Amino acid sequence: MNLTPDVWLEALAALLLLVGAVFLLVGALGMVRFRDFFMRLHAPTKASTLGLGGVLLASMLIQALRGQWSIHEMLITFFIFLTAPVSANLMAKAALHLRVDSKAGHQPVDQAKAEAKAAVKRRG
Amino acid sequence: MIETALQICVAAVAVSMLLCTWRLWRGPTAPDRILAIDTLYINVVALVILLGLTWQTELLFEAALIVAMLGFVSTVALARFITRGDVIE
Repeated sequence: MNLTPDVWLEALAALLLLVGAVFLLVGALGMVRFRDFFMRLHAPTKASTLGLGGVLLASMLIQALRGQWSIHEMLITFFIFLTAPVSANLMAKAALHLRVDSKAGHQPVDQAKAEAKAAVKRRG
Repeated sequence: MIETALQICVAAVAVSMLLCTWRLWRGPTAPDRILAIDTLYINVVALVILLGLTWQTELLFEAALIVAMLGFVSTVALARFITRGDVIE
């Protein structure tokens, strides 16, 4: 087994590919398994974006190893990294507009109400 | 080594696309379905790039860029349609 730098770079590219694919899979799995929409919004918008970033980085490395060095995978990475938060924000706004049910409850609001009631009782 | 990793990655992305399709079909509310479509678009970008690497062609990167742009525009349009009732006011 000859350990030239190319072998290490190939191993790095393969590792990046696998990490990216695992992140994409975890994002989709979280979207399927979580309980309400606001939890489900978390998984794909973070994990899938990172996974795509890893795949694109690996793609740049593999192209460079094949002698076709190019930067335009970076363009897709920047585009996705810029647009994913915007679309997640818009989806969360749409869900708030529709008053989608949240499993988190309203504990801060309930607590504030209870404290206000206790203050009124103490004063009266 | 890279060929094996590419095959494993294509399989993983295909499985995650199936999971997204399940959420798209099942999703109890409309935002769930929009989220499923958005994730499906991201997975399609990854799949197109992986297939471009497998077939050793440069042509598919432009396709991936166009898919990414279409994904963003369609997500924004659907979310705005739900929020405002209209895409372009």
